[in-house]
Amino acid sequence: MGEIKLMKGNEALAEAMIREGCDAYFGYPITPQSEVLEYLSIDAHKRTGMVVLQSESEVSAINMVYGAAAAGKRVMTTSSSPGMSLMQEGISYIASAELPCVLANVMRGGPGLGTIQPSQGDYFQSVKGGGHGDYHMIVLAPSSVQEMVNYVGLGFELAEKYRTPVMLLADGAIGQMMEKVELPDQKPRKTVFPDWATTGKIAGKPRRYITSLNIKPEEMEKINHILQNKYAEITKNEVRYVTKNIEDAEYIFTGFGLGARICTKAMEIAREKGYKVGMIRPQTVWPFPTEIYNKTSKNLKGILCVEMNAGQMVEDVKLSVNGQCPVEFYGRTGGMLPSPDEIIEKFEECFIKGGK
Amino acid sequence: MSNFNSDIISPENLVYKKPSTLTDTPLHYCPGCGHGTVHKLLMEVIEEMGIQNDTIGVAPVGCSVFAYHYMDVDMQEAAHGRACAVATGIKRCFPERYVFTYQGDGDLAAIGTAETIHAANRGENILTIFINNGIYGMTSGQMAPTTLEGMVTTTSPHGRNVKEQGYPLKISDLIAPLPGVAYVTRQSVHKPANVRKLKKAIKQGLEYQKKGLGYCMIEVVSNCPSNLKISALEANKFVENEMLPFYPLGDIKVPEVK
Amino acid sequence: MAKLTGTVVIDIEHCKGCELCIDACPEKTLALSKSINKVGYRYAEQANDNCTGCANCSLMCPDSVITVYRKINK
Ligand SMILES: Cc1ncc(C[n+]2csc(CCOP(=O)(O)OP(=O)(O)O)c2C)c(N)n1
Ligand code: SF4
Repeated sequence: MGEIKLMKGNEALAEAMIREGCDAYFGYPITPQSEVLEYLSIDAHKRTGMVVLQSESEVSAINMVYGAAAAGKRVMTTSSSPGMSLMQEGISYIASAELPCVLANVMRGGPGLGTIQPSQGDYFQSVKGGGHGDYHMIVLAPSSVQEMVNYVGLGFELAEKYRTPVMLLADGAIGQMMEKVELPDQKPRKTVFPDWATTGKIAGKPRRYITSLNIKPEEMEKINHILQNKYAEITKNEVRYVTKNIEDAEYIFTGFGLGARICTKAMEIAREKGYKVGMIRPQTVWPFPTEIYNKTSKNLKGILCVEMNAGQMVEDVKLSVNGQCPVEFYGRTGGMLPSPDEIIEKFEECFIKGGK
Repeated sequence: MSNFNSDIISPENLVYKKPSTLTDTPLHYCPGCGHGTVHKLLMEVIEEMGIQNDTIGVAPVGCSVFAYHYMDVDMQEAAHGRACAVATGIKRCFPERYVFTYQGDGDLAAIGTAETIHAANRGENILTIFINNGIYGMTSGQMAPTTLEGMVTTTSPHGRNVKEQGYPLKISDLIAPLPGVAYVTRQSVHKPANVRKLKKAIKQGLEYQKKGLGYCMIEVVSNCPSNLKISALEANKFVENEMLPFYPLGDIKVPEVK
Repeated sequence: MAKLTGTVVIDIEHCKGCELCIDACPEKTLALSKSINKVGYRYAEQANDNCTGCANCSLMCPDSVITVYRKINK
């Protein structure tokens, strides 16, 4: 068993980064994730030799990530919503050039400058694109500090396996809360780099170049096909979710990250009140666990999707359910959290009193 | 092909040949464009210094976005303006490699100003080759930050009006005073003597990088015949008569310790 | 006195006829061809044997199509 510690989400994320043998971190301060850069600045370089650099902007940070990833290094950046918006161009380039890297968005309330309080308002941005062009990232949604830690290692594993950016879609509450975590053991940093990485030409071998450009449409379409095939492969292999009490469930509460955590509490209250409520929590929001929703919904009276936004993941739930049962939504925005009581109230209003 | 004095064609009489560090891919640049000349010089220096396998280049968006097709070193193509950030990511991870960026004026001095200035100010140990042709080449002749006062471009069809459109930016002079900056020089490729000087400057820049002296920038005042809609020869005259009075050639900053 | 003899070999298929070499040649050795290459450009060619192998033309050539040879005749 690894070392057990009581840690703040953001600091645990940073600690996991060091222990997973990350080579470089580039980031720019923004609440509520500044602790990541602060924590790494203390002694990460001393501990593993990793590069830690405060960039002049998120635009620069993501492009530093591009440079380091294209040179074959394990690299990460983190930010929060407005900063993530600035990174979108770079993420599109990274996805197109097929560079592995891990990003974390510790979401805060928007739109605009919004608030520094937790939110899940960047779901669409993260899973539907965000930047330009047809691309996807693998998006992992941690709902505890432990998952924040686990997903760093998993993130690098998936990023390197598929040569794709991976995002941890967390929120300000998970970033700020303190929980007990089990930390991974210190892994060594990489000393061998993939063939495609631009580490300096190898004598007798052709040069490597990293690009997302192909001016010929038929060539660019081929690149798109390669990407789409990869996304299909990821969708086949990497869907992750957890369920609770779905065997006898008549209703399902669903949500991701912190929203799902609140749902768990609401489910317990509902069960006490005699309602047969179960839970589905996607751990990957892209690829989305379509099948489990589709399969389960055949026998359900209804699904309530709870999010800290105005209704984003609920669209994917509806697509998955495909009309087999009613899907309702409850959300709070602007940094407000839905309470279990509010969820029960909404549930009863939609499915019990309304008599659906 | 007529060959005068062809009897002297033999290796021992060779004075100049294309460097082996350039690939065989024909350059896509317009006839007479300075980009090709600068590519060649950079690759000559890399060949002569024997650092082909120790060099990683970054070429962002602009006419030279395809530099990776020509330069036979490991290369990365960067987003418009972001070359210095990308190069920072590489150099921080591989400090022992030579890292260069090759950027146009729009790229370096408009959309990428922040990346450029901050890389310079951090003293990133990289070399930037900055092609100042006074115009946006790739997108067909719009006004660049370096466009001269009164100069006609597609977005300053009545001539650049500095009161409305801002003044031509001497970015090299702007960054030279920064303590992280080791070497800034302004050169050109409009005459053989200038070509020779530029080559020396490139070598100098890479040697400074080897010594870890800090950020080096070589501005090359160049031409864009296609978008000025004149011949290459006329474009080089334009460089000499119009550009150089405003962008005078020479070293702007040299390191104190050599 | 030592006399310099030079000559150039031009990769005419990759010449774009920009004429920078012609202008740079102090001996007025180079001229534009009458015929065109496969891409459709008139290309640079040697028009006389004045070449001294100074390599100015190759310095100016953006497409690196000129190879230069020089011999010192004692
Ligand atoms: C974000 C973004 N904005 C705009 C463009 C379009 N664009 C491509 S190159 C360029 C300007 C190129 O000019 P310069 O950097 O001076 O290089 P040159 O082509 O003259 O060599 C522009 C505006 C782009 N590719 N990306
Ligand atoms: S458009 Fe201008 S800068 Fe671009 S290749 Fe042509 S001449 Fe050169």
